[in-house]
Amino acid sequence: MILVVDMNWKKDSLAYSEFVLPILALAEPIEVCTVRHYLELEPSELGNYSHIILSGTTLKDFEFLKHLENFNWIKTCEKPILGICAGMQTIIQAYGETLTACPQIGMTGITTLKQNPLFSGVFQAYALHTYTIEAKNQTFDAIAESSRCIQAIKHKQKHIYGVLFHPEVRNQSILQRFLQL
Amino acid sequence: MRLGVLFSGGKDSTLALHLAAQKEEVACLITVVSKNKESFMFHTPNIDVTALQAQALGLPLVAVQTEGKKEEELADLEIAIAEAKNKYRIEGAVTGAVESVYQASRVQRICNKLDLWLFNPLWKTDQKALLETLVAEKFQVVVSGVFAYPLDEKWLGKQIDTQIIAGLVELQGKYGISPSGEGGEIETTVLDAPRFNQRVEVTDSAVEWRGTSGVYVIKQARLVPK
Repeated sequence: MILVVDMNWKKDSLAYSEFVLPILALAEPIEVCTVRHYLELEPSELGNYSHIILSGTTLKDFEFLKHLENFNWIKTCEKPILGICAGMQTIIQAYGETLTACPQIGMTGITTLKQNPLFSGVFQAYALHTYTIEAKNQTFDAIAESSRCIQAIKHKQKHIYGVLFHPEVRNQSILQRFLQL
Repeated sequence: MRLGVLFSGGKDSTLALHLAAQKEEVACLITVVSKNKESFMFHTPNIDVTALQAQALGLPLVAVQTEGKKEEELADLEIAIAEAKNKYRIEGAVTGAVESVYQASRVQRICNKLDLWLFNPLWKTDQKALLETLVAEKFQVVVSGVFAYPLDEKWLGKQIDTQIIAGLVELQGKYGISPSGEGGEIETTVLDAPRFNQRVEVTDSAVEWRGTSGVYVIKQARLVPK
């Protein structure tokens, strides 16, 4: 079973259909999915899931960053995790690493920096974000970049990934490959 | 949250309004009237009907005219959204974007500049499912423009129902046409919707056909009780 974490500022928000439903549309044909809003997620239930996906949010929604205590489970979780946009920013913060401003809106060129199971080469992706990870960090490898900033990360040891761009909009195979890990 | 809906009077923006109003407070409609019938950004057939639709919805309409030149029309859209923000204190905007990254990212940049939230509640919705929702929710939607072979004048003015949806899905299989007109193949006009207090009655109309494309022009319309 796949867990999709709704990262929007409140449960059942107007942004749910934009940032959660497109993930479900791709994941549900592969495996049964459960959605939990991050404020309602119980760490004790994580054992029920094979993969965890943290959704994105609208560009002005930073509410999740005020509730980082709700994401302490990320550091101890042994399941594959994929954070999309806000989800990636949350993973970075959960590990105590630093965000840095890099606003981007629209299609952008992505270059793979390090071999990984999710994507390769050079491709176009849909960006909608304000922050990325500080280049100097102890926890993650930068696995992709745009001309302006780091666009994707992987935990140095674990199957924990973050993509700043939105694979549920373009490059949907990235989500499908993640679910095969 | 007080929201302004970017409103063309077509099926997508009207359905987006319907969904937004279920979750937040819709404070106004925002319409850009483009003189360019080839506009990449804005719906053009029967855009004047938006005044009647706004009246039927009981919502104020912020309408701005644009010549429809590619980047200038974005500046005009920004003027319209800024006016909605100042006049109706909106905190965010809503679009009916389904697939178009081109449209969504341009509106997003404007909202970002104006410090507004942006919502696209139909984003990535399955196109057949979108049409079926309209029928199930009793939207009265007519085809007001067709712009791709083999769609012809027979489609113009037709109300979207299960038969029309089946026909569009069949054309998708044969010709790759987007059933909901995401590639600009079809434009629509909404005559009635669940949040309309009155419905739009067309009292005079004409079909204008120009070889490979055409529009259903609503020359005169009025509001009548539902």
